[in-house]
Amino acid sequence: MRGTLSDRMGAALLMAPLLLFLVLAYAWPFLGVVKWSVTLPTPGLGQYGALATDALVQSVFIRTLRIALIVTMVSVAAAYAITMVWVRGSPAQRIIAEFCILVPFWISVLTRAFGWVALLSNRGLINTWLQSIGFISEPLALVRNEFGVIVGMTHFLIPFAVFPLASAMRSLDERVLLAARGLGSSRMRTFWTVFVPITRSGIIGSAMIVFVFSLGFFVTPAILGGGRSVMIAELIYLRIFQSPDWGLGAAISVVLVLFVGALMALLFRHVRPKQLI
Amino acid sequence: MQQPGRAAEIKAIGIGKSFGSFRALDDLTLNIGRGEFLTLLGPSGSGKTTFLMILAGFVQPTVGKLFSDGVDITERPAEQRAAGMVFQGYALFPHMSVEANIAFPLKVRKKSAAEIKRRVAEMIERVGLKGHETKLPAQLSGGQQQRVALARALVFEPGVLLLDEPFSALDKSLRGQMQAEMKRLHQETGTTFVFVTHDQSEALALSSRVAIFNHGKLLQVGAPDEVYDRPANRFVAEFLGEINMLPLKGVKRADDGATALCEDRAITLRGNAEAVNGNAILAIRPEHMSIAREAAAGENGIAATAVGSTYLGAATKLDLTTRQGAKVTVSVPNEVAAAALIKGNSVWLTWPAEKGFLLPDGG
Repeated sequence: MRGTLSDRMGAALLMAPLLLFLVLAYAWPFLGVVKWSVTLPTPGLGQYGALATDALVQSVFIRTLRIALIVTMVSVAAAYAITMVWVRGSPAQRIIAEFCILVPFWISVLTRAFGWVALLSNRGLINTWLQSIGFISEPLALVRNEFGVIVGMTHFLIPFAVFPLASAMRSLDERVLLAARGLGSSRMRTFWTVFVPITRSGIIGSAMIVFVFSLGFFVTPAILGGGRSVMIAELIYLRIFQSPDWGLGAAISVVLVLFVGALMALLFRHVRPKQLI
Repeated sequence: MQQPGRAAEIKAIGIGKSFGSFRALDDLTLNIGRGEFLTLLGPSGSGKTTFLMILAGFVQPTVGKLFSDGVDITERPAEQRAAGMVFQGYALFPHMSVEANIAFPLKVRKKSAAEIKRRVAEMIERVGLKGHETKLPAQLSGGQQQRVALARALVFEPGVLLLDEPFSALDKSLRGQMQAEMKRLHQETGTTFVFVTHDQSEALALSSRVAIFNHGKLLQVGAPDEVYDRPANRFVAEFLGEINMLPLKGVKRADDGATALCEDRAITLRGNAEAVNGNAILAIRPEHMSIAREAAAGENGIAATAVGSTYLGAATKLDLTTRQGAKVTVSVPNEVAAAALIKGNSVWLTWPAEKGFLLPDGG
């Protein structure tokens, strides 16, 4: 909706405190990071040049994208099923689904990551159980690799994927589904040709949130990857706190932020913000 | 509900539906003839929509059987019945173009691309949507969306078309236009139409038969003039339009009708075989009563005084009170109303013997 000029001025004024906070808390520090990236250790675009040639940085970038993509697909698919139960299930099913969605929010990300270690490690619950029933002789490598990282991240991100999907599914007119069945379409066909396409905006919103989130993941990959499956955020941390190579760390940060910014811009061209909530 | 292109004949036997302790539909038995235009009429919560949903297969009846062309379809799921259905609010697929919406039932039936193209084009032509093929439903007006819904429901030549208050969202002039269009589509396709509405004038204008529902019960089924002129009970009489009720005493059956006393004046009724003896209610539609200076000997009439009027353009609705205090409304030419309204002017209300009918006292 477009109001008059004074309406829009009013809206801008109402948002001013929030905008001010965002500028002070995010934009200002980010400008500092940008400054580091072009001044440390020497002024110039040298660090960006190094990024373009550094094989380690590139391999971490590619791994991060790969993990983020897999996590996004698995999270959104799982969230889609959970959301269907939450929005369209019987009253008892709804309560159980809601519980499953909300409980993870009450447990710290650190606790959850260690929980997965306890489950997935060589002497963890899953491996010892599988060995005790004689299903495997050697423990499976479930953690300290990409698999462990993907499991931990997916588990963390599913609840975030639920909300855009729930909003899309709630606004769907039940009669449209009845109409499809009345016209001769099976439940399966109705799901794929009517239900999924109509909730498309929710799927896109959900996928973008999960994808952007997973690009910047730090704690989960650091614990479940065990240093062998380093993702971009961990690389930045290593460059700044351990190497210390502040210029390169800052340059990676800037590239990551620009990449995420470009993705968000793409998202908002396809779905309107209100469809994400 | 059977091979395409052939109108279905539907029999509902003893259908009942309860939601918890609420009885939405009670022991309904109804035959819907091949190619007829049946309207289910009643106030909201009367069971008419529940019955339509049972016909479509979206709701399972608690008891009773449903037959289509003699085949028991009570347990058959909606997608296998494939009755054409037009929903309140149309329920178009918002992500599909007009063309894709109409093609949907044909694609489900795995028709060839060439056949789908031909039949969709034919249907678009028939409902007057040419030039809108690639638009999305959100880009169409209410009337156009209505046409898409009709086209989508008719394109696969269903044996029966079910319509759930399809015109409730349209303004009055568009409504009249769509009603005429639907009547034309009914004649052209020859399909059985079952139409749900709470608008009595719509029901009377469109249908070959009207079924009147209240509180989950089917009260009467008949041709529009039949249910309008000879309603089975007070509810039907009142629901189908304005009606005057006058208490009668000493009702006696006579040849081809009855005689009675109305406000101490002898009156006669003709053509009402179910006349009751004793006390009853005389019901007459406002347009069947006239205003006169005198009632001739042997003519049905009672004295009354005009108390108010509503100008309707083509006629005036005149409110009167009889000597014994009954309130009566008549629809009369404007100048008659003006004359009757002169203060204190006592007039006579008269009506033809065949236009009044009897309802049981208190019922």
